[in-house]
Formats: sequence, structure tokens, C-alpha cells
Amino acid sequence: MKEIIVIAEHRRGELRDVTWEMLSKGRQLAESMGAELGVALLGKGVNPLAEALKPKAKRVLLIEDPRLEAFNAETYKKVLTQLITERKPALTLIGHSAMGMDFAPRLAAHLKMPLATDCIGIEAKGETFALTRQIYGGKVNAEVSFLKKGPYMVTVRPGAFPVIEKDPLTGEIVSLPSPLTDEGLARRFLEYVEAAAGEVDITQADILVSVGRGIKEAENIPVVKELADALGGALACSRPVVDKKWLPKGCQVGTSGKTVKPKVYIAVGISGAFQHVAGMKGAGTTIAINKDPKAPIFSVAQYGIVGDLFKIVPVIKDKIKELKK
Amino acid sequence: MNIIVCIKRVPETTDADIFIDKSGKDIDKSGLVFDLNEWDSYAIEEAILLKEKLGGTVTVLSMGGEDTNESIRKCLAMGADDAQRLTDPAFEGSDGFVTAKVLAEAIRKLPYDLILTGTQAEDDGFGQVGVTLAELLGIPHASLVNRIDVQDKKLKVHRELEGGLEEVLEIDLPAVLTIQTGINEPRYVSIMGIRKVAKKEIKALKTSDLNLKPEEVGAAGSDLRLERVFLPPVGEGAEMLEGKPEEVALKVFDILKDKGGLT
Repeated sequence: MKEIIVIAEHRRGELRDVTWEMLSKGRQLAESMGAELGVALLGKGVNPLAEALKPKAKRVLLIEDPRLEAFNAETYKKVLTQLITERKPALTLIGHSAMGMDFAPRLAAHLKMPLATDCIGIEAKGETFALTRQIYGGKVNAEVSFLKKGPYMVTVRPGAFPVIEKDPLTGEIVSLPSPLTDEGLARRFLEYVEAAAGEVDITQADILVSVGRGIKEAENIPVVKELADALGGALACSRPVVDKKWLPKGCQVGTSGKTVKPKVYIAVGISGAFQHVAGMKGAGTTIAINKDPKAPIFSVAQYGIVGDLFKIVPVIKDKIKELKK
Repeated sequence: MNIIVCIKRVPETTDADIFIDKSGKDIDKSGLVFDLNEWDSYAIEEAILLKEKLGGTVTVLSMGGEDTNESIRKCLAMGADDAQRLTDPAFEGSDGFVTAKVLAEAIRKLPYDLILTGTQAEDDGFGQVGVTLAELLGIPHASLVNRIDVQDKKLKVHRELEGGLEEVLEIDLPAVLTIQTGINEPRYVSIMGIRKVAKKEIKALKTSDLNLKPEEVGAAGSDLRLERVFLPPVGEGAEMLEGKPEEVALKVFDILKDKGGLT
């Protein structure tokens, strides 16, 4: 019987959200194709994770090895080469995450499998799949097809597929031998380090005023900081502001930064790339200020203001100071 | 240390109005400004910083037409020593895998200790070329790198993970690293700087120079085909607050009062 295999993503003892998202999408695809859904779990002492995965798949393909304690693209390549060569799944799903981006392209090239990365849509089409990806930083969607025969590999954008609750499956744990040996690796995991925390913990703030690329210069940051101060809130930002060293990493909201859930989130000069939205979609109320009426942030925010932030933000700040008295 | 940096020239779309072209397979690029891919600007800066510290050379590789020379010259002005442009009508329609294959063949002919690429390109966003390149060359890799410390014949690098976490690795040379934005502050290049390198030779290599066959490259060699592009469906959308700044400010105040945004 045909099989779809999801590669489980976990870090420091916890399964990551993209795993559940892939299993949900994988189940829908498997049902539409008359295929079985499997999930491959690689690690050391990950039995509790295998148990948690059982209701979500037909089988949990478990590869336990002390050498798999921390993720390493090299060991993953070896283990998954064996797994995919033996089982020949019609489709292998991997997260387009820091982990998946690091091993999927290499594994696909090694196995000569067609790979489509960062997909937000996957539909079965006979023996092949129709895919949707985003290009130009999310401003355009592209429908993409495979030109070659499968088996196929697809990496999935985290957050793109909802987790739909369905009747549990009777997952069976199948332990598979690890092909790893003590042979030296050209790449060795040393440790995890946390980015330095900022002065203010933005995850604890009820009100966040967040600033993006639209602020143009480091010297302009006070324009937004003063609004945050007037509201008694904290200052946050999107990735470009941290890349340019205008604000510390601890202020960054998004996939590679913090996930925040304030009562109110004011996004100033932030276009709303999906990586940013992933970190703030849990906010109670979002107000976006941006000069581009087509900015994706306006699809996420409840309230929008189109205009020049340098003209609007100071007026809002003054009005709040005046009316708060 | 001899470093090769793979770069791409891309249209700037962040602040641009985007329209689909007549073919329905791409955007209309006629009104767009092109520049060096943002991730690549950090990769080239990192290569030059390493060269300044350790000596050696920086060679720039890029797949693209004549126009690509503009971005290559920017890299030369920043401090790269040499450049090659990989160009052939047969490359048209190459996907991420084929792009890596073409780059790999060019790299096989060059001496190198380290290869840097951007983590992804702003236009097609595959995020796969650097990692695939490492597999084709049979050398180790690390992606999403935001810090490099050079040690004897190996590197200590940080990879950016999710949620502010980083992973520290040791990696043997030669290696491929895909560079994440924010790793450094790319230097400014003046028009004078670009002019100084205007005469520098940029060698152009085609399929036959790279031991590749036309059927292995471009759309013919690719795994993926782009069928059509369209603008993403817009969600429900925000309620727009309109009026003079004072009126808008008053509306914002009322919303904040209502939603717990005033303390």
C-alpha cells in the first residue's frame, strides 16, 4: 500500500507544532489517495514522543540511537536514506523550518528525489502532486508541479496548514534499527544558546508598539518609542530592525524571535511577512499603520491606517497623552 | 582562506506594487529596481571580513544574464577579487536543484576552503541551493548561519533556530555555509567604488564550459515547473481608520480604551 511519511520535528524533548500540522495535512492527503500515513521519529529516549504521535498516524517509525540526541543534518541524512530507500513512500513531508531547511535539500539530492520547498498547498493528482508556494517574499503565490516521477519530497511552511482534530488512528510503534556507527562526523553539534534577553520582556507586555522597516533610520526609532511610552507599553520590532542593529534581538517578534500575545499590538511600518505574523497573530487587537494599502499586515490587523507613520504616530501619541490626563 | 560566494540579482519587491505579467507565469518586472539579494549581501560581507582577517581570496559566482554583472560589480566594489558569471540560454527555467548543479560544476574548477551563499533568495525563496550544493560537492554544510569563528581547519558556527534559540556547531573545512541576515553590517558601496571596478573582467561560462549537457540544465533538467502565478487571496481585512491625523488619533484612542490598551 502507498505510504506518506511525515518526518517528526522535535527539539529539547518537545514535538514542534509543524509536526502536528504535517500530520493533519498528511492524513487528508493519505485519505484522498488511499495511502497510509506514517511518521518517522528519530532521537534518543523519545518514547514519550512516540506515544504522543500514535493517535495521529497508522504507524510510528521509531529510530532510537544515542547519536540522534541532538539534530544533525549528517545523521538525519544517513537514517532517512535507509528509511526512504526501504519504504519508498509516495511522499515525504518535512517542515520548512531551521531543521528541515538544513537537511531536506541534501537528502533529496542524495536520493535523487524531486523536492518542492516551503509549500503552503499540496494536493494529490494521480501519481503526482500539485503544489502552491509563495514567491517574492509572500507577495505572489505560485502553482508548481513536479516534472519527474516520484517518490517526492515536500517541505511545508510552518503555520500554513491548520491542525484539524479527527478520530484517533490506531498508531503502532515500529522500532527500526539505526544505521549509524561511531564513524566520525564532519559536522558536530556542540550546544544550544539562547539569544541575549532584552531589558524588557516583550512576551509579558499587555501593550506592544512594534516597529518595522518603514522607520527607515535608527534615529527615527524614538518616534515609535514615545508612543509606546505614552501608552505604558513596550517597544518591539520586526526582523529587519534587528538585522540592522537598530534594536536588540530580545525585541524581535516573529518565527526567529518571540511569540507575543498582548492585549493590543500596534504594528508601525511593518509589512507583515508571514514570519512576523507567526509571532503576533495571538494578539487581542492589532492596529496596523503602513503606507502601502496592499501590505499583508492589513489582512491580519483588525484596524488599519494607511499613511505616513511620521505624520500619524506623533499625533496619536499627543492625543493619548492629552486624553489620558 | 579562499572563499567562493554565490550570489543572485533579484527585483526589489518589498515596497513595490506587484502585477502579474501577460504570460501569467511571472510578475511584470518592467518597473522594478533590481539589486543584490539581501541574504547575499550579508554573505559577501562575511567573506570579505574573513579575507581581511585571514588573507586569501574571495571569488563571486552568479548564474544570470548580462544584467547580473551589476550585482557582481557591487560585490567586487565591496572587496571581492574575482568573479564568474554562469550564463547560457539553456539555463532558462532552472529550479533550485539545477541552479545548485550549475554552481557545483563551476566550483569544481576553482580552489576553495569555504563556500558561502545566502540562506534564500528574495524572489523564488527556495532556500535549498546552498545545502544542495554541499551534497553535490560532497562536503559538509550548515544553514541559517549567523556567526562564524574560524579555528584550525574547522569552523565554529552558530545556526539560527526558532524562538531566539541558536545551535552551536563545529564543522570541518571545506564546507558550505548558508548565511542568515543580520550576521554583520554589509558595507556601503559608493558609485565611485563601483566605477573603480567597472573594467574588471567578469568571466562568462556556459553549459559546454561546465561539462554539462543542455538536457541537464534549465527547465529540461529541473524537477519543478511553475504553472502559473497569482496574487494571494486577501483575508477579511482590517477596518480602515480614515480622516485627518487628529481624527484618526481620536479613533485610535477610543479603540485602545475599549480593548484594554490604556493603563
